Amino acid sequence: MPEVFTPSPALPPPPSTVGAIGWMRENLFKGWFNSALTIVALLFIGAVVPPLASWLALDATFSGDAAACRASGGACWSFIAAEARLFMIGTYPIAHAWRPLVSGLLLLGLFVATARHLLPPLTAAALWLLLPLPVYWLLGGGLGLEEVEPAKWGGLMLTLLLAVVGVVVSVPCGILLALGRRSRFVAIKSVCVGLIELVRGVPMITILFMATIMMPFFLPQGVQVGIVFRVQIGIILFSSAYMAEVVRGGLQGIDRGQHEAAAALGLKRWHTTLFIVLPQALRDVLPPLIGRCIALLKDTSLVIIVGLLDFLGIAKAAAKDPQWLGFDAEAFVFCAAVYWVLCFSLSRYGKSLERRGHGAFKK
Amino acid sequence: MVSRRSPALDLERPRGGYLSRGNVVSLLSQLAVVALVIGGGYLLFATTQANLEQRQIHSGFRFLSFEAGFSIGDSLIPYSPSDTYGYAFLVGIINTFFVSILSIVLATVVGIAVGVAEVSRNWLIARLGEIYVELLRNVPLLLTLIFMYTVVLAGLPAVRQSIDLFGLVFLNQRGLYLPRPLPLDGFGYVAAAFAAAVVGVIVLVRWARRHHERTGTAVPVLALSVALLLLAPLVAYVAAGLPLDWELPALKGLNFRGGWVCRPEFAALLVGLVLYRGAFIAENVRAGIVAVGKGQREAAAALGLPPGRTMHLVVLPQALRTIIPSTTNDYVSLVKDSSLAVAIGYPDMVSIGGTMIGQNGQAIEVIGMWMAIYLAINLLVSLLMNWANVKAQLVDR
Amino acid sequence: MTKRWFTSLCAMVIAGPAVAGTLDDVKARGQLNCGVGEGVPGFSIPDSSGRWTGFDVAMCRAVSAAIFGDPDKIKFVPLSSNQKVLAVATGQVDVTSRTTTWTMQRDAKEGVDFTVIVYYDGQAFMVRKDLGLKSAKELAGGTVCVTAGTTTELNLADFGRANGINFEPVVFDGKKEAVNAYASGRCDALTTDYTQLAAFRTTLADPKAHVILPEIISKEPLAPLVKHGDNQWKDLVTWTIIGLVQAEELGVTQTNVDDMKATTKNPDIQRMLGVSGDYGAYVGLGKDWLYNAIKAVGNYGEIYDRNLGSGSPLGMERGKNALWTKGGLLYVPPIR
Repeated sequence: MPEVFTPSPALPPPPSTVGAIGWMRENLFKGWFNSALTIVALLFIGAVVPPLASWLALDATFSGDAAACRASGGACWSFIAAEARLFMIGTYPIAHAWRPLVSGLLLLGLFVATARHLLPPLTAAALWLLLPLPVYWLLGGGLGLEEVEPAKWGGLMLTLLLAVVGVVVSVPCGILLALGRRSRFVAIKSVCVGLIELVRGVPMITILFMATIMMPFFLPQGVQVGIVFRVQIGIILFSSAYMAEVVRGGLQGIDRGQHEAAAALGLKRWHTTLFIVLPQALRDVLPPLIGRCIALLKDTSLVIIVGLLDFLGIAKAAAKDPQWLGFDAEAFVFCAAVYWVLCFSLSRYGKSLERRGHGAFKK
Repeated sequence: MVSRRSPALDLERPRGGYLSRGNVVSLLSQLAVVALVIGGGYLLFATTQANLEQRQIHSGFRFLSFEAGFSIGDSLIPYSPSDTYGYAFLVGIINTFFVSILSIVLATVVGIAVGVAEVSRNWLIARLGEIYVELLRNVPLLLTLIFMYTVVLAGLPAVRQSIDLFGLVFLNQRGLYLPRPLPLDGFGYVAAAFAAAVVGVIVLVRWARRHHERTGTAVPVLALSVALLLLAPLVAYVAAGLPLDWELPALKGLNFRGGWVCRPEFAALLVGLVLYRGAFIAENVRAGIVAVGKGQREAAAALGLPPGRTMHLVVLPQALRTIIPSTTNDYVSLVKDSSLAVAIGYPDMVSIGGTMIGQNGQAIEVIGMWMAIYLAINLLVSLLMNWANVKAQLVDR
Repeated sequence: MTKRWFTSLCAMVIAGPAVAGTLDDVKARGQLNCGVGEGVPGFSIPDSSGRWTGFDVAMCRAVSAAIFGDPDKIKFVPLSSNQKVLAVATGQVDVTSRTTTWTMQRDAKEGVDFTVIVYYDGQAFMVRKDLGLKSAKELAGGTVCVTAGTTTELNLADFGRANGINFEPVVFDGKKEAVNAYASGRCDALTTDYTQLAAFRTTLADPKAHVILPEIISKEPLAPLVKHGDNQWKDLVTWTIIGLVQAEELGVTQTNVDDMKATTKNPDIQRMLGVSGDYGAYVGLGKDWLYNAIKAVGNYGEIYDRNLGSGSPLGMERGKNALWTKGGLLYVPPIR
């Protein structure tokens, strides 16, 4: 019987390179510098997390009045619960609270339907463009609904309204500006370039001041436009210029062959732009477009400087209620958390679009 | 950016004479746009003019030479209420510049540090970096600023319970008080020595580069420069007989007097701007580093470079090419964001301009001045960064 | 709103900028647009149900009642101090009633007209009691919280210059921000009109820990303002408010106004309530204009007591704001 070579079984890797210990050696304590960094980071976490956790949750008061809160020493979340209505809809009459709620559901429904591709793209786009109409009708009243004056709109409702209407209207405006910027007509091109660069060159707050203080000078006598609408116009103007730059990026990313192929098929210029170039460009720019939406959502908080009580404005004002005097930190932390959830989930959505290939031109 | 016409468009261009259909359409549509813009502009102008005249509102920039009459809490140049509106606005411009430049420098430092941390092989550091970036980027800057001002800084002790460091530095609700150097007679020598050291460093750097290229031996430029910059003034300082006096802050009456003071409004604005914009710059840095091919790092490791030097000598210089353009946008945004000073009472250009509108009603003029100056600043930053970009691209061999 | 905008735009394009009177606009709109403060207790602040209350608010309600016979046909527009004059000059509101000081510059240069002084106030300083200060002059070197774009800000600088005192001002965009900063200890003193200081003191965590220093450093005659160049509208607002003071002089109150109208033999009261003469027509209104106003909000004294005086948390004395017959400065021209 010939002797067959049988290798002895492989030894397991040394215990120090696998499992939790191995992982830690590799990722936390590789070299003295790395170990030092880890220790500093651990010290930092040790200093920050326990007090934060006890303030946020362990010592916090979840129900009870202001006195109970002051006694506990932790965060006072019952204050947020007590002022929840103010945070959500501002001073909007409580009897009509269902109207902002329905508007919010409309928005959410449309968002989910779009994100899940339940609607054909053109229908979705048309619905988004039409969305401001029912929302304004629901919030403002008229045509059978009791009127609620815009001075009473506030809270998260106002923030979302300004941001959503701002995005929905500024996207088509931005597309027009971007196309204008690439126009071969010098006059159209220079007007668009001038407008885009002017708006992008100044801070949003100057646009808002212009809308609130200066715009009335531009209006003819006897024409009064409420401050909410003037601010909304300012936001749209501001956002359009940035949207135009996003769209332009997409237009530039379209391969020249597409133009040539369209021309070879005998398509007219406008047909080429409308049916060949623009749809591809828009699909490509979806991720940066989402980025602009996030930026705009954050930027709407600037309206408190011109006197509107949006979500941040309510957070500022709520802690001045004599009954709940001094719970500023809770109000701001809650406000930040809501903004964070909205912006972070939007940015995740943008990233997932990018992964699915919408950001093709970036590669 | 110049958008080039695609050849497809040229294919379609009619080759007829000047009066071909295409040219006429082009001419007419352009005329229409020009007419629309001019007409709209004129309508706005006429309405505004009519509105102003009917109310007898005086307009024009003459008010800039009138006495302002209000005081400003934080000014880098001497200012009193008897100075003019124009001068008050200048105070605001300088404050805007000051806080913007300082924030840009600090945000860059924070951004690079956090960006490098995010790609660190140390798992804990990388996660901390990510948490910082995601936390700050997804919350409005204005909220961060107001939180800093009304919650964090309001938690500082009252004037009489100041935090006291050796009687030299004081920290309380009214700000951070530091000793202020007062130059005496011979201080000119120290300044001269410093200037000489700066020239010396420039010469040294050039020589070291040539020397390196010629012989292949590196000169420890950084250590030498730092030594030169520190030692030369120090020697001059001692030789001239210590020509510097220190003005210490001290509690007199209701407040601390003397010394340098960093007020809470400024501190909140600075910290807010740096933390917020730092997160964006960190993201640029991270993306830039990730974009540098893995092979570069492996090649550097194969040559025996330690990770720190790989980052410093191989990865970062290449990453700069993608980092600089996006960071330029962040710098421009930061300058514009500094206008949020108005929300926390730091007297920047917008805040002082707002006061001017309230005091004399000349809104159109003030808003025009704001826009003009921000546009100019933007242009300046873009030019500077374009120059830096060209420098970075030149490295590409 | 959109429709109205469109109509007026068309009207303007067709007819050029025609000038309709403010009264016609207000009547056509069915609503008075009134600029008020952003929440100053006693002067203009929404109550817990969102209804605007306060001394300044009552003045607008009186005008609304005089025009429509209803004190609620108003849209209240909260204005920051930067906007209070501009909003009325550009026609975004029909009248601003917002603790605004009557100054020459505003009146003659900024496109507005002041109607009639409704409140005599003066600027003062509030400090913490434990500082132990007795006079504003001891505030030298102190930090003072103040609101941007107000006469307060200018008076503070003037007071410092006149007395050779250096203040370190911290300037805020809104009154609330200034009060908050003072409350948090950022400033040694808060300065604004005396009455507003008293009002803000009631909102602080411990009102007793704060004192208002005795110096009154300025004259602050507060008056509602309308846009420049519409004299009929200015007359209407002016005389409605004068009517409220006149009513106090004559002893006409919210409760007895009906009796008075039916039974009085006093010719002054008869003229005022439209029993004789047609004085309302002089300002474009009906005979009942002042009857409606008094019925809706009461006379000047009642408005004062309800919002600032004995019937309010502030409990302010009448002081300079008493009738001239009682040692105050209220001396209004007669309705005749």
